[in-house]
Amino acid sequence: MALVRVKNLSRVFDVSKPWLNRVIERRPKAFLTAVSEVDFDVEPRSTYALVGESGSGKSTIGKMLVGLLKPTSGVVEIEGIDLASETDAAKIDAIRSDIQMIFQDPYASLNPRWRVKDIIVEPVASRGGKTEGLAERLLEQVGLSVQDAGKFPHEFSGGQRQRICIARALASEPNLIVCDEPTSALDVSVQAQVLNLMSDLKDDFGLTYVLISHDLTVVRHMADRIGVLYLGRLVEEAEPEDLFNNPKHPYTQMLLAAAPQMDGFGREVQPPEGEIPDPINPPSGCAFHPRCPIAQDICRKKRPDMRQLNGIRVACHMAE
Amino acid sequence: MADPVLSIRDLSVEIPTRHGIVRPVDGVSYDIAVGEILGVVGESGAGKSMAGNAVIGLLNPPAHISKGEIWLNGKRIDHLTGDAMRRLRGKEIGMVFQDPLTSLNPLLRIGDQLTETMLTHLPISRSEAEKRAVAALEEVGIPGAAERVNSYPHEFSGGMRQRVVIALALCAEPSLIIADEPTTALDVSVQAQIIALLRRLCRDRGTAVMLITHDMGVIAEATDRVAVMYAGRLAELGPVRDVLTHPQHPYTHGLMASTPLASQGKSRLHQIPGAMPRLDAVPDGCAFNPRCPHATDKCRQSPVPRVSNGQAACWYPLVEEKVI
Repeated sequence: MALVRVKNLSRVFDVSKPWLNRVIERRPKAFLTAVSEVDFDVEPRSTYALVGESGSGKSTIGKMLVGLLKPTSGVVEIEGIDLASETDAAKIDAIRSDIQMIFQDPYASLNPRWRVKDIIVEPVASRGGKTEGLAERLLEQVGLSVQDAGKFPHEFSGGQRQRICIARALASEPNLIVCDEPTSALDVSVQAQVLNLMSDLKDDFGLTYVLISHDLTVVRHMADRIGVLYLGRLVEEAEPEDLFNNPKHPYTQMLLAAAPQMDGFGREVQPPEGEIPDPINPPSGCAFHPRCPIAQDICRKKRPDMRQLNGIRVACHMAE
Repeated sequence: MADPVLSIRDLSVEIPTRHGIVRPVDGVSYDIAVGEILGVVGESGAGKSMAGNAVIGLLNPPAHISKGEIWLNGKRIDHLTGDAMRRLRGKEIGMVFQDPLTSLNPLLRIGDQLTETMLTHLPISRSEAEKRAVAALEEVGIPGAAERVNSYPHEFSGGMRQRVVIALALCAEPSLIIADEPTTALDVSVQAQIIALLRRLCRDRGTAVMLITHDMGVIAEATDRVAVMYAGRLAELGPVRDVLTHPQHPYTHGLMASTPLASQGKSRLHQIPGAMPRLDAVPDGCAFNPRCPHATDKCRQSPVPRVSNGQAACWYPLVEEKVI
């Protein structure tokens, strides 16, 4: 059974101007659809990656997975329980401690006035759990030393701080960790250290990751399954080998062609046309049609459904 | 070959602090030829931006050039006064920074920003400058340039803003552009557009470009030659294909190997142990020696050889080790 089930998930933000401005300027309310009818499952002990450019809704989905945002419609089920509609407080509490999150910026996600020890045990302490020796044990597991427990976050480098964030995420012995761009703020050599650590911990603790990233090389290295997002919609979902060798959706093809390659010396790429459209007024039909080289009439009129093509899910009328 | 556009010889930048003098750039030398894109790559704190700022004379005091020479088109520019340097900036050296929103004035229409730059540096009339502003925007691929000159920066998307910044850097027809992480704040598809644009302009106009970035993929695709920096020093310099496929310096090798590559599959990534030394604690000898798998006593004691043509700053350069 899937650990995470996301069904028909949507999130709309009200981005209207204040009431008085709307009256004076005679403008209607404006709504931004950040996530639109997204479906996917995450198998236990796997890494599911969400990739997309800025504004594709990947972080919004991450926040809805951990319960930081409520879905506008649709369901997020974790271990079969929907946090938004479940009424049994004990069940919600049990699930909550099973989910943790790692954020992008390790400088902003650690309280500068707390000692590392207190930061790490907080997820357990706040539930009244036993915390003796916990911080020290976790610090060793993430490759820091026991002496670091009494220090403050400013005494650490970016990579070390991200290790502290990982230790904190592990404290409540979660099953699922949502990692929102965990290595984007780090240098390549430090990124390698953090990615290796994440892989090791996944094996040791039987973790499931939802990895949110814009970096295709990281995603390819880490993921067991990849979902590609465009303008809040899931356009393609496949295993890394299929996705990178044989992308079905024209957007995935464009994204892969545009990504710089380490062996692409002097490569003359035809850069992609256009930019991501305004999510307040998304294009009709398939959101990608204004930039799509193979768009037909049907693409302008009807939003494509998710289709199965030999283990690949793709939302495109033309893909085959 | 013709004289290089920019020639940096043995450049050092020093910052006096309470705890002694730190040297974020230490004895760096490189040339950039006409129409060439030189990539400067390194991790944060390697001194790559500081070297760029030294060239355009934008070092924040108390940082200053303590040693070495900078030559631009056969003229020495490292000891120019603030006033002379200001005339040079924008006219002979264009700049593109990481964040396009902070390098544009939010209160001025972009047309005014372009004409102001041109009127400051070029002997042309206002109407001529306005004509050229539209042409400059067209050249960097902004649709509807004739109307867009009247827009403010906030009316553009991130990629379009970076195009405006490039148009601004190019409008006085400089011979050198310093692009400091020009695509780091942009999405991949927009990044591809900006890089293609820089390469095209460089080819068409013969402008030399110093492209500072930490992204090895961008380096591979965009540059002709690459300079790898570590702890303020040059580790390796050479044609991009040679440096990336057959790195001689163990640091370059580690950097390449720690980047996830398609060919490696799911195997563990190579790790460089430790972290770059703090600038007030750069070890003796080779700065990389505490992290280097091949280090010997020689590396710990004697200063490493200077980078010269096709030769890394290393006592024991790697040979025949193909990474990608």
